[in-house]
Amino acid sequence: MGSVTNYTLLFIGAALVYNIVLIRFFALCSFFGVSNRMSFAVGMSFAVLFVMTVSSAASWVLWNFMLVPLGIGEFLYIPTFILVIASVVQFEEMFIRKYSPTLYQGMGIFLPLITTNCAVLAVATEAVFILRGTSFLKLNIKYSFSFPETIIYTLGVGVGYMMVMVMFTAMRERIDIAPVPKWLKGSAISFITAALMSLAFMGFANLFGL
Amino acid sequence: MDTTLILGATSALGGAGLILGVGLSYASKKFHVDIDERIETILDALPGTNCGACGFIGCEDAATAIASCKSGAGTCVAGGQEVADHVASVMGVECAAVAEAKIAALKCGGGRSKVKARFDHSLFDDCAAAHIVAGGPSECGYGCLGYGTCVESCPFDAMEMGEDDLPKINIEKCTGCGVCNQVCPRKLLPMIDLSAPLFVACNSLDKGKEVRSYCSAGCIACKICEKNCGEGSFAVVDNLAVVDYEKFHDCHKEACIEKCPTKCIVANEGVNYVDKKRSVKKAEKKQVGHCALE
Repeated sequence: MGSVTNYTLLFIGAALVYNIVLIRFFALCSFFGVSNRMSFAVGMSFAVLFVMTVSSAASWVLWNFMLVPLGIGEFLYIPTFILVIASVVQFEEMFIRKYSPTLYQGMGIFLPLITTNCAVLAVATEAVFILRGTSFLKLNIKYSFSFPETIIYTLGVGVGYMMVMVMFTAMRERIDIAPVPKWLKGSAISFITAALMSLAFMGFANLFGL
Repeated sequence: MDTTLILGATSALGGAGLILGVGLSYASKKFHVDIDERIETILDALPGTNCGACGFIGCEDAATAIASCKSGAGTCVAGGQEVADHVASVMGVECAAVAEAKIAALKCGGGRSKVKARFDHSLFDDCAAAHIVAGGPSECGYGCLGYGTCVESCPFDAMEMGEDDLPKINIEKCTGCGVCNQVCPRKLLPMIDLSAPLFVACNSLDKGKEVRSYCSAGCIACKICEKNCGEGSFAVVDNLAVVDYEKFHDCHKEACIEKCPTKCIVANEGVNYVDKKRSVKKAEKKQVGHCALE
């Protein structure tokens, strides 16, 4: 298989077939928390995309050049990755505060909460799991990610996250003005919508044999 | 014990932390944003309970608004004059009038001994839950449910369950923040002026005859108050007496309370605390400094 095809499949697999939110149920708190206004959802998605990419790139470097050679990866990978993620989020917070105060106010508490966003840690640790040959991606069993592959994979996850965020927010904005029965108003109808979206995404299973 | 492993792990993680820390401190210099330092000082002066009585989302939001002159030094309703003075000194304004001090007043006098029960009260332990199920366990669909959801919500510890399963408000502690009214599923705890002479302790919009059939303390819309409390000060709207504090005169107070057949017009005990509790400086708006407000 040519490497371009491989990258494409990796990207599609990460974005659609194994969508981080709707198929693997990570990052649900921000999925429901920030999806009430489109501008916030897009901002949050970009923030997550950025944090995810930078932190998993840094994690890959640390894993391959520090943790593995020293033989301490087995028990130290989670603290190390959390350290990296926390720093990246902190950096991003300063950056957004400086250059987009509106976005900073809009994201409010969710910005620091990216630190504890499970999707980010999941993606960072996946470099480790895949090295161990326990990947969820059948494509990559007994296959270690190279650096470009880590980046492509992370971008795929981030784009998948952004895609469902935008779709879900668009639906929620419409639901807000739709005549929803009183007992379904608010969170209830959002949960149902999310569940149906998740069902729909299961239709991507086995796409291109992924 | 493998010393090298421990040393390796410690130094690796420590080193990574150090590098990231240095990077972050450099970034914080580079992306430094000037924040009004008065915000923090004001925030320290505010009660910090985030009650929301001022209309802002939490104390920090209020502090930001005060510092940016969008709101006056007397913004904090809960903090009263003391906090207002403190905030005013931070902002460099001389005197700040607090909005008239408020307290919560229970709009219901019907405890469980006075209102007929429709089904078992002990099925619930929360007002919101009881309110949802078939309009509550008592015959009155408007009155206090008596499970004390408001008592638990009070951020100032100013409420307790009193006689007959009705919440009792400790006027000395009540700051009029309005949290109890927000959590009450029937909105039975509106804020009234601390100096208001009396209030109507009933919320029922049922017709007099119906009210009489299930509650001995409810407003039966008899309109006696309309006649006895001074011109235009009381009006029966939707089968419930409503006071117009603007038109009410204190000289009618005793007669008004006395004449109410079901005793649902109640004297406001807050009146006795007006001087002791918070001296409300009215109409003294000598604002100076850069932040002159209306």
